[in-house]
Amino acid sequence: MTPVEFLAWVRGPMFQIAVAIFALGVAIRIVEIFVLGRKQDLSEPRRDGVVPGIKTIFGRSIPDTGTFKRSPLNVVAGYIFHIGLFTTILFFVPHIELFHSVLGLQWPGLPTPFIDAVTVVTIFAMVVILINRLRNPVLKFLSTFEDYLCWLVTLLPLLTGYLAFHRMLFPYQTMLGIHILSVEILLIVFPFTKLMHFFTVFLARWYNGSAFGRRGVQS
Amino acid sequence: MSTPAERATNAFKEQIDGPIASYLSSCVHCGMCAHACLFYTETEDPRYTPINKVEPLRRVWKSEYTFFGKLASKFGLTKSVTDELLKEWELLIYDACTLCGRCSMVCPVGNDIAYMIRKTREGMIAAGYAPRGLKDATYRAVTVGSPMGVKLPALKAQIKHVEKDTGLKVPLDVEGADYMALLSSMEIMNFPEYIEALTRLFDKAGVSWTLCSEAFEATNSGMQIGSSDIEGELIQRIVDGAEKLKVKYVISPECGHAYYALRWEGPNVIGKKYPFEVVHILELLDQLRAQGKLKVEGKLDQKLTFHDPCQIVRKGGVVDEPRRLLNMVSSNFVEMEDAGVMNWCCGGGGGVSANERAEPLKLTVFNRKKSQLEKLGVNTMVTACANCRINLEEGIEHTNMDVEVVGLAETLAEHLAD
Repeated sequence: MTPVEFLAWVRGPMFQIAVAIFALGVAIRIVEIFVLGRKQDLSEPRRDGVVPGIKTIFGRSIPDTGTFKRSPLNVVAGYIFHIGLFTTILFFVPHIELFHSVLGLQWPGLPTPFIDAVTVVTIFAMVVILINRLRNPVLKFLSTFEDYLCWLVTLLPLLTGYLAFHRMLFPYQTMLGIHILSVEILLIVFPFTKLMHFFTVFLARWYNGSAFGRRGVQS
Repeated sequence: MSTPAERATNAFKEQIDGPIASYLSSCVHCGMCAHACLFYTETEDPRYTPINKVEPLRRVWKSEYTFFGKLASKFGLTKSVTDELLKEWELLIYDACTLCGRCSMVCPVGNDIAYMIRKTREGMIAAGYAPRGLKDATYRAVTVGSPMGVKLPALKAQIKHVEKDTGLKVPLDVEGADYMALLSSMEIMNFPEYIEALTRLFDKAGVSWTLCSEAFEATNSGMQIGSSDIEGELIQRIVDGAEKLKVKYVISPECGHAYYALRWEGPNVIGKKYPFEVVHILELLDQLRAQGKLKVEGKLDQKLTFHDPCQIVRKGGVVDEPRRLLNMVSSNFVEMEDAGVMNWCCGGGGGVSANERAEPLKLTVFNRKKSQLEKLGVNTMVTACANCRINLEEGIEHTNMDVEVVGLAETLAEHLAD
């Protein structure tokens, strides 16, 4: 397979396979949760749970002071990593062009040197996160193969994107192909792993916030 | 005949719902819940990380309620619940969790972990894996009517004492009263000053109330051990008593889990709404305060603090009431660090205090409260839960601290204006 053929494959059939697995897998996982549902709570609520539920969906992004003091590294590195990841995905001009061609939606991008710097910072944050996972006794204890797999498949698109952009390691077309493939791997792994939290975090926070809220506590 | 592991698995299956599926789908193993849990902070044992405690439940969710897990289990790729797992986890689920709910407040993805641990207990007890002390207490609650084995004659004897000391009548089985008060066995046996306080406070405020000879016990071992069947049976006794006396309200006493069981889980475990309203004693006293019916005189000037019982504050929503009440009778009320909905558990909730095996661990985690108290430098701690109170007193005794623990209702009663 020549680099051109490889690129055509990852952009064509492989892309469609990955997107199909991602979409179907995510749909199954979400439907599974909704099918289980929640039993009606017969206790008399102190107040309606809807507003507190919505508040928790947003509010839980901000850690309480005690949590921040006890795991500052987790919070700071986690923040940088999440913001950095979404900035590079959503505001790199070639990515926007891809979204435009697939979804028909368009928005302004950020200057490429800025995205470049964000990528470096995000990769650095991810390395810190990995070291923390390997060293911190709680994280080490909790971590499974899945945690390391998710870390790897999330890192690879960042790393290969950086290398492709800087024309490093392999010729550009090959590296770009590898970059696209790494994203496809991420999409395929997604529905089978904790990466699902990207969607289910909203459900979890909602259930938590509304349950505490109807008892009169903003969680 | 099914094996214990099968019985647990079936019980877990009954418990798994949308919230649990969304929580288990969302956990990213960040470990932040560990730092919210006093069993971790005081021991630094990673096994006590709250999310780790729901592992048996997680296994069943994964292999039974996810399409991919089901597929994987066909090839033997998922882990199932085994007797060894249950035996090991019994120590985490019952000895190292007070159901305080602090982890549920900090999880960044929003997992209500305490909710899942409560549900995990259903499977544990279905398989027989629960601590002896808690099993015995539950047995006594079902057969005798009280986890401590307190019977009606013991209550009647205390009523006599209270009537003699106060010169007031303690109403028993008064049909048509507005309020039916419940007690915890701990109050009847160890803190009868609570009964006296109620009698005096309600007399002054003109509250129409009664005790019920067939339903005076508020505590619910069924909830603690995790059996919603037993929990429902104990709740039904209260409902029957309240219906018989035709009361409008049932008062939950100064006890944390009794309030949570009666107020929030009760209607769900008996499968119907109550024909009365449940009110916590602190809520009622605060209402009386607002109506000007609770008149006090004199203020305590020594520095004092309030220990928030988890089930009343964080999980019950009674947060401001104790503070307003305490400020009526104290001129030097100071808050502990993390007070209110983020307060730290006494270490003995959720059935831990009924579990003798957990005692060394319980005393270790008391260090959390100890350091909170030392930071404040107080010698008086007010609380509103008989179980917190006895547990705090034990911890204080064990660590040779000089702190007196008192109940809020009795503190108010001591300051009643003539």
